[in-house]
Amino acid sequence: MIGAVYGILALLGLWQMIVSLLDLPFFILPSPIRVAETFWLSFELIAEHTLVTLTEVVIGLGIGTGLGVLTAILLATSSAAQVFLRPMLIFSQALPVFALAPILTLWLGYGLWSKVAMAVLIIYFPITSSFFDGLMRTPKGLLDLAYTMGASSLNTMLKIRIPAALPSFVSGLKLATVYAPIGATIGEWVGSSGGLGYLMLLANGRVKIDLMFAAMLTLGVISVILYIVVDFLSKKMINYE
Amino acid sequence: MGNGVKFLRLNAPSLTLIGGAKLGCACLFDLLELAVQRAGWTCLLGSSGVGKTTILRLIAGLETAVTFDGKVYTSDGIPLRGRLSYMAQTDLLLPWASVIENITLGARLRDEDVDEGQALAVIESVGLLEHCHKKPGTLSGGQRQRVALARTLLEDKPVVLLDEPFSALDARTRSEMQELAAELLVGRTILLVTHDPAEAARLGQAIYILSSSGLEKVNNLSAPLPRSVDDKELLILQANLLNLLRRET
Repeated sequence: MIGAVYGILALLGLWQMIVSLLDLPFFILPSPIRVAETFWLSFELIAEHTLVTLTEVVIGLGIGTGLGVLTAILLATSSAAQVFLRPMLIFSQALPVFALAPILTLWLGYGLWSKVAMAVLIIYFPITSSFFDGLMRTPKGLLDLAYTMGASSLNTMLKIRIPAALPSFVSGLKLATVYAPIGATIGEWVGSSGGLGYLMLLANGRVKIDLMFAAMLTLGVISVILYIVVDFLSKKMINYE
Repeated sequence: MGNGVKFLRLNAPSLTLIGGAKLGCACLFDLLELAVQRAGWTCLLGSSGVGKTTILRLIAGLETAVTFDGKVYTSDGIPLRGRLSYMAQTDLLLPWASVIENITLGARLRDEDVDEGQALAVIESVGLLEHCHKKPGTLSGGQRQRVALARTLLEDKPVVLLDEPFSALDARTRSEMQELAAELLVGRTILLVTHDPAEAARLGQAIYILSSSGLEKVNNLSAPLPRSVDDKELLILQANLLNLLRRET
C-alpha cells in the first residue's frame, strides 16, 4: 500500500517535472497542480457526472455478472449450449464495442440504458469465460466423491462445482470491474447528456484540458476504488483459512 | 469404537470382480477374478500402473479410461450404488468448508438431515473435536486424512474402497492412521489398494498381488487387526510380499 502511494507520488512528480521543464501550455498538458485546482473548483460538477457514470457502471456490473454467471452455468451443464452458445460468445467479443455504441444509443436512447448495455457487453465475456473455465476445472476427485455419495447433478453443481469455481469467477469479476467504466464511458462519448465521458468530451471541445484531465483521473480513481471493493469482498468470500 | 458413535449395522456383502480391461488396443489386465471378502480387509497390492486403481474405480462405478469386459457381483445381489464410500490418496476435502461441514458432505449432497451429534461423535473418535470448525487449510496432512476417514465413517456404508489413502503421509502418521482405520472401519467390507507391502501385511486379511502377469492371492497372517509393526511374522510377510513384487518387475 505504501509502495503504491510512493509510486503515485513519483508519477505526479515526473508529470510536474515534464510540464515545468518543457514549459508546456496547459491546453497541451496541464500540470498536476492545475488539475488538482480545477478538480477542487469544479468538484460539484465532477461529482454530479461521476454519480451518473457510477450508476451506469454498477448497474452494468450487476446485469453483466448475472448474465455471465447464468451463461457459464448453462455452458457447463449442457453440451448443446456449448455447441450453439460458445461460438456466439466468441463472436460477440470479436465485434468492436466502439462500432456497436452508436447502434445501442439508437436503440436504447441517450439515457442510462445504452451505457449500461455497453458496460454489460464489455464485461460479459470475461465473466462468462472465467467462470465457465472454473466450472469445467472442478477437481476430478471431488466429482468422484460426489458420485459415490449419491449426489444429484444439481447438488453437485451447487455444493461442489460452483464453490470450487469461485476463485476463477473472482478473477473474471476483477477484470470486469476495471472494464465496466471503459464501456460506460465509450457509451457516453457516443451520445449522452451526463457522465464523466460526456464531461471529458465537453471539456476537450472547449479546450478545458485541465477539466478533462480531472474527469479522466476521477474515472481512474473510481475504477481503482471499485477494484479494491471487489477484491476485499472476494477475499471475504473465498476464505480458506 | 466408543465416544458415542452409533451406526446402523448394515449387512456387509462380499464382492467379486470378474473381467479384463483394455486401454485402447493394449491389454491392461487379462481376465481375472478378485474376491473381496465380506466384513474384512482385502488388500490389492501392486506396482504403479498395473491397474489397481482402475479395478477400484470399476467397482465404485467411477469413470475410467479403459474398456472393461466383465462384471462386479455382490453376494447379496444388490447393486453397490449408494452402498459404498470412497477414500482416495488425496483427502478430497472442500477447502471452503469447515471440518464438520466436510464430514457431513454426503448428507448435504443427498439433501438429508445432518445429525450433528453423530458428526461430532465421529470427529471425536478421530481425535479432532477441537478442530471441528476449522478449515482444512489450517490442518496438517495427517489431520486432514483423519477428517477424510471421519467423513468415510459417517457415511456408514457397508463397503469401503480405499485408494492408497495413507501413502502421502509420513511413516509415523501412516502407521497411526492404519491403526485408527482398522479400529473404526471394523465390520465393513474393505478393499484397500496399495503399493506398500508393509501396509498390505498390516491390514490385509486377504492379500492379492496384481502384476502384468495377472492376479495372485498370497497367504496372509491370521493375527487380528491392527497388527503390530514389530511383529516378527508380519515383517517376514512384508519381506515376502516385497520379493513377490520385485519378481514381477
